[in-house]
Amino acid sequence: MSLRTYLQDHPTPLVWAWEATAWTLRLMKPVFAKMGMETSSKVVRVPEEIIKGLLFDCQDCAQCMLHYNGMTCPMNCPKNLRNGPCGGVRLNGHCEVKPEMDCVWVKGLERAPKTPYGHEILRLNPPVDWRLKGQASWVTYSLGRDQIPTGTDVTIRYADEVLPKEGVA
Amino acid sequence: MNAPTLPVAPAAPINTGLTGAGSNLAKVLNAGQFAVCVEVSPPVGPNVEAIQREIKMLQGYGDAYNVTDNQSAMVHVSSLAVSIMLKQAGMEPVIQFTCRDRNRLGLQGDMLGGSVFGINTILCLSGDHPIWGDHPQCKPVYDMDSLNVIRMARMMRNNQVFENGKLIPKIAPDFFIGAVENPFAPPYDYRPLRLAKKIVAGAQFIQTQLIFNVDRFREFMKRVVDLGLHEKIAILAGVGPIRSIKAAEYMKNEVAGMDVPDWVLKRLEGLSKEDQQKAGLDICCEVANQVRAIEGVRGLHIMAVSWPAAVPEVCKMLGLYPRPTL
Repeated sequence: MSLRTYLQDHPTPLVWAWEATAWTLRLMKPVFAKMGMETSSKVVRVPEEIIKGLLFDCQDCAQCMLHYNGMTCPMNCPKNLRNGPCGGVRLNGHCEVKPEMDCVWVKGLERAPKTPYGHEILRLNPPVDWRLKGQASWVTYSLGRDQIPTGTDVTIRYADEVLPKEGVA
Repeated sequence: MNAPTLPVAPAAPINTGLTGAGSNLAKVLNAGQFAVCVEVSPPVGPNVEAIQREIKMLQGYGDAYNVTDNQSAMVHVSSLAVSIMLKQAGMEPVIQFTCRDRNRLGLQGDMLGGSVFGINTILCLSGDHPIWGDHPQCKPVYDMDSLNVIRMARMMRNNQVFENGKLIPKIAPDFFIGAVENPFAPPYDYRPLRLAKKIVAGAQFIQTQLIFNVDRFREFMKRVVDLGLHEKIAILAGVGPIRSIKAAEYMKNEVAGMDVPDWVLKRLEGLSKEDQQKAGLDICCEVANQVRAIEGVRGLHIMAVSWPAAVPEVCKMLGLYPRPTL
């Protein structure tokens, strides 16, 4: 097992790292706003690509949803699915397109309950805004430019709307 | 590059009051009848006679007819074109939209294109990856996932807006929105929850993957019923006859997301060609009768892969012919 897989399977340190990053990014908002998204991204992208590239095989979508999916990057799915696994997952839990690869959703859903964001598997993730590709997701997150609901939706919806009130446990 | 601007949601979203209830499939389901959908595969070449032959063969056996969209990631006559031919023959097409070949511009354009011809029953799915098809070198689109296509169709109908939040001029399309689910692909625990997500997105009916492993399907449905989801969406169970042991082996080994248990292969083993076909029909009817009895199943979706001639027989054997006229 690689170090990456080990960390993802035991995600608590990754969760702490994300919480610290998110806290810092919220503080940085005025700075990023002043510099502008493009310029800030040029600077922030360098460390972000190195760290997230090594840890998560980050695909630079610039609208990161790692923490919504058990610290597993859904953009590694050959179909770029952001709302759960397709119907082609093999019986052994591997990807239909790359038979040697674990389905990112099978892994993500296994790991999600080990993070404080387990409930997010019920989140209706909005489609990718492809204009953001190449920006830094740490900047788009900080500026509130990532994962904006489209159409007439103003807030992000959850499957809880149709599930029993007492939860799904 | 210009800095991306935020999409603007209309200040007062329109509520068109449309529900897709004009669809024949919706009428049958709303009347509490057991629905039947039949799958139609467009030909590979522009063979009008082949389409007309299939129309003649299948007409009257379903409440609606799914027209596949570049099935198995191989080039076929488009779903829209064949849907129009079905509509003109007086059948209700279910036009399929995969996320593989079109971005949101193409999807919305073709959705409206179908709507112009009165084709409003739609099915949104991810689609097989091109790696499985006859053009493995092409660029897979996957601009959006199936759930967001469902959501887009729902907003086009309910709020008369495109995916970008801008108003659709004059009139909203009255879609009846379908989705798919595969109870046989891991992670099994998540499949019912994903169904719940699709309901929130706007799906009104689902069609399942071909069922052979009835026990697995029963488990899936039990969870769906426990969560009360069967009351919020019409579930059509996918069944279909297998023509030969070769076809069964192909499905088991080559088709992604198919669960063909060994008992199916054993039943077909060592039989003559005609007997294999007969056994294939029998297996289909046995499975169909078992899934019909499961709580929450509101209809069947019959997929006779490259064997359309079997559909009339299956429907008659199951006592599902003739169909109600509403």
